[in-house]
Amino acid sequence: MNSVDQAENAAEFISDRTHEQYLDQLLWMLRTRRDEAASRVPEWEQLRDLASQIKEHTLSNLAHYLEMFESRAKANGVMVHWAQDAHEHNQIVYQLLSDRNVDELIKSKSMLTEECDTRRFLEERGIRVTETDLGERIQQLDDQPPSHIVGPAWHKTAQDIANVFAKAYGSDKEKADPVYLAHVMRENTRPLIERARAGMTGANFAVAETGAIVTVTNEGNADLSGNVPEIRICSVGLEKIIPRNEDLAVFIRLLTRSATGNAITQYTSHFRGPRQNGEMHIILVDNGRSSRLGMEKFWPSLKCIRCAACMNTCPVYRRSGGLSYGSTYMGPIGIIMMPTFDIRRYSELPFSSTLNGSCTNVCPVKINIHEQIYAWREVMEEKHQINLVKKSAMVVAGKVLSNPTLYRVAGDTMDASLKVLPRFAIYNQLNAWGRHRDIPQPAKETFHDWYKKHRMQATGQEINT
Amino acid sequence: MSFRDTILRNVRNNQPSSRELPVIPKFHSEQPVDLKKQFTAALKELYGEVVTEPPADFEEFLRKRFPEAKTICSAVPEYVGDRVPGDFTRWSDASRIDVTIVRSPLGVAETGSVLLSEEEFRVNTIGFLAHDIVILLDPAEIVENLHDAYGHPHFLDKAYSLLMSGPSGSADIGGITVHPAQGVMTLTVIFWPRQMAP
Repeated sequence: MNSVDQAENAAEFISDRTHEQYLDQLLWMLRTRRDEAASRVPEWEQLRDLASQIKEHTLSNLAHYLEMFESRAKANGVMVHWAQDAHEHNQIVYQLLSDRNVDELIKSKSMLTEECDTRRFLEERGIRVTETDLGERIQQLDDQPPSHIVGPAWHKTAQDIANVFAKAYGSDKEKADPVYLAHVMRENTRPLIERARAGMTGANFAVAETGAIVTVTNEGNADLSGNVPEIRICSVGLEKIIPRNEDLAVFIRLLTRSATGNAITQYTSHFRGPRQNGEMHIILVDNGRSSRLGMEKFWPSLKCIRCAACMNTCPVYRRSGGLSYGSTYMGPIGIIMMPTFDIRRYSELPFSSTLNGSCTNVCPVKINIHEQIYAWREVMEEKHQINLVKKSAMVVAGKVLSNPTLYRVAGDTMDASLKVLPRFAIYNQLNAWGRHRDIPQPAKETFHDWYKKHRMQATGQEINT
Repeated sequence: MSFRDTILRNVRNNQPSSRELPVIPKFHSEQPVDLKKQFTAALKELYGEVVTEPPADFEEFLRKRFPEAKTICSAVPEYVGDRVPGDFTRWSDASRIDVTIVRSPLGVAETGSVLLSEEEFRVNTIGFLAHDIVILLDPAEIVENLHDAYGHPHFLDKAYSLLMSGPSGSADIGGITVHPAQGVMTLTVIFWPRQMAP
């Protein structure tokens, strides 16, 4: 399979200014709200340190905590299953349902099941799956994957959603009102929830001490999926384990504030055992996580708690939309996670970053995201996963940028050329920057020239060129 | 070798050298905190509402607040409703409830959350499938923050426990929370000391 060309995919999204500006403004609002929420918590930075330390402790003792979680969950009456990869996970879910003659499943949002492509797997085998999270349901009806890990349909305007619902439910497509659309969703989904015999959730955290899985939602759909039907299935990535019940306070305080700026979501739910007269299954899924744990530079990405703060702050993500990454996880965290799944397919993603470090600065568990992005670029170079144009350009850039004289000559030549070259010569195939915007007019005088003229004369210094 | 053993072996082989597990402070404010005030403000952020005193006439209060309500399910001794949770042997039937009344054993000032579990609900779905929910909370049982809250024994011994911090909503369209979503339409907390007659 060809590598994903994020820039090329983004071109389609960017070509429509309405969506580009809408997403940029929405995500920047969330980023601003995150900053305000963090500033109201005096111990914010201490919480980030603690969260990072708890995660690093857990990951460095993961086998111990997995076994502890398993034994506590079993003692609580839960059936625990283990899956090495996506196929095994999907097969376990299918077996659980088909053994009980269940052909309808309600589901709350879970990025792990997106990663495993569980919905498609089950539907191909005759099981109807209904997403109960509004954003996830919109994406399901529009046959698209989530574009954001917190708000799966945030790249869509209310009018886009009105169109999707009009087609799927026959609602009024002229009414692009979020409250009306929320009503449409409720009226069409609640009956399915009420009659479902099986429900499925992911997990934000899995607590080794208690054997509980914890979900965080605004809608309460994990509570519905986990309580209304008698069969509850929870898919849990290995990295979701935390040691103690008290650790939850640290993560819950950070998670929603980082995601949306709210202190908490409406529902923080703890499932320790099956409901009355019910059964509960937990599937612990590896799917490459144990291998990533052994990657010296990249294992800290397993600390991620899926708040998406790194996406909301990323100038590339905000302006290109999540679908352009062609991957389950997108934005800065996706860039460093996806190559661990398929290095060839996601070899170009580490270049979809300005390396400004903002992602690292907002990460609630202190993942060194921008450093890992850079490290992935080095890996791609070592493993010859960079395309020829990009590689040649970087070789030239490396030589020019490491030699001040050469840099200045190149700058002067470029400025002079831009003034005289015809448009077709400037905006050619190799000019990725110029594909979607104009090259800025060259300055009349560079800072270097100005400094040479004014300050060197005054101080008698020489500039080392 | 089973999948389980293979996964655990891989994890064991690959996990980095052990790091310390930190001690977590309680992060109590150095200044005195008005817990009721903070709780009220925090719950309002997520569109929940607080009634600061038990109503003199609870029946009338409910009639005025929920004029359309026909089925009131009470899980508290303070009020006798039309239904009790045990009436809903099929848990999905709780969708017939207009108003659920339940008592929470814990409030969290920092987040405006109330703790609920199968002990309070008895039938868990009465907390989500009802149209509206009214939660009685003794203000003496409000703690300052989530660090205090997670000390509650419910998290260690209940099959299901929930920190509920507002009515079900969604910010999936445009990032701004709107109602309804799949759960209750409104959430009202009444500060109501335990063992106080209605």
